[in-house]
Amino acid sequence: MNINHHPDETTILSYAAGTLDEAFAVIISCHLQICSTCREAVKTAELIGGSHLEQSEEVPLSQGSFGRLLEKISVEPQAENTHAQSSASQSNETNQAALNPEWSELPLALQSYLTANIDEIKWKRLAPGVSHHPIKLSENANSSLRLLRIAKGKQMPEHGHNGHELTLILQGAYKDKFGTFAKGDIADLDDDVEHQPKVISDEDCICLAATEAPTKFKSLLGRILQPIVGI
Amino acid sequence: MYVQYKSVPTRRVDVTKNETTDHHKLLELIALNRDKEAFEQLFIYFAPRVKAVLMKQSSDANTAEDLMQETMLTVWNKADKFSKYRGSVSAWIFTIARNKRIDGYRKQGTKHYLDIEDIELTDDAIGSEEILISNERDKMVTDISNTLPIEQKEIIEMSFVKELSQTEISKKLGIPLGTVKSRMRLAYEKIRKSVEEVL
Repeated sequence: MNINHHPDETTILSYAAGTLDEAFAVIISCHLQICSTCREAVKTAELIGGSHLEQSEEVPLSQGSFGRLLEKISVEPQAENTHAQSSASQSNETNQAALNPEWSELPLALQSYLTANIDEIKWKRLAPGVSHHPIKLSENANSSLRLLRIAKGKQMPEHGHNGHELTLILQGAYKDKFGTFAKGDIADLDDDVEHQPKVISDEDCICLAATEAPTKFKSLLGRILQPIVGI
Repeated sequence: MYVQYKSVPTRRVDVTKNETTDHHKLLELIALNRDKEAFEQLFIYFAPRVKAVLMKQSSDANTAEDLMQETMLTVWNKADKFSKYRGSVSAWIFTIARNKRIDGYRKQGTKHYLDIEDIELTDDAIGSEEILISNERDKMVTDISNTLPIEQKEIIEMSFVKELSQTEISKKLGIPLGTVKSRMRLAYEKIRKSVEEVL
């Protein structure tokens, strides 16, 4: 996969620090699976976390802390490790994935959120040529995640954004003033950005889109759909 | 075979001598021999620090203690994975604690976080030269972080230690979001360049 558009460095840094909200973190995780450049960037950012950990002061532990941990080890004997050792064939598959990381049906990070493959998704029509599929996040999530499907040849009206938005292309491609965005590319947009994307692939363009809060998506939708449906 | 067991002599590593080099060795002893003494030494060094970092986000010492225990349990269980992955021990433990913190405080679960080590497993154990490079990078990041201009340092600490989002930092400091981003970018660029210099 030839990736030309990556997340902003500040998004990478926030992902590593653990401060991105769930929808945004899902998108970055999907991208990391196939982008070694961004994996390196995240690893560098995580070194900052490691450095802060090393330099942190030491607080007293509760009495018998290590002893209690040893008890847990004997009660749960190496659950994760035993699993890794007992499934040699599975680990070979993992290693194959490591050598050539690609999305098979769906990106790994998306698999736990969707029960169906892309071609089996139930789409909800928003306007001619535009449909979506909202994805349920954890209760405390303060962001919104959805699949968007835009028909081939469709030109979206020029629109701005309300807050931080991340879009990952899963299928097809679109073009706007920032260039061509195809499978694996990420559009990392701030609220001061206006654009007019047009689907240029022979198939529909399917994206995974994160917005800061559900209300912000509604507001974005209004701006996008108003010229199409005339509401 | 997935794990090539080698005969690694169990010995007590002098952590005070060269702490970071020996963290890799301690993890290798845990991975290959399930060595509890090695684990105890790693625990003595990291557990009070992990707990301190977790307490920065919560005043509740008991919760921080519980999450620290979960963090160190994962270190024990995943030591084998780490030995097949090229990375910094402290950064790895930081990511485990980060994920426990997201699980524990935000109740969001961490299924949205990709374990990079799952993607980048290798067949060989990490070599001594790689350990040296990894340690040199750790040191470089610490040195550069400590010499950042105060306004950049402040924002990096608010992100990584206090777990504040860019928007929260912007509100707390009363500065535009764009300024938060540009300071983050400047700090990250310096750190990235310094890491790239260590080949």
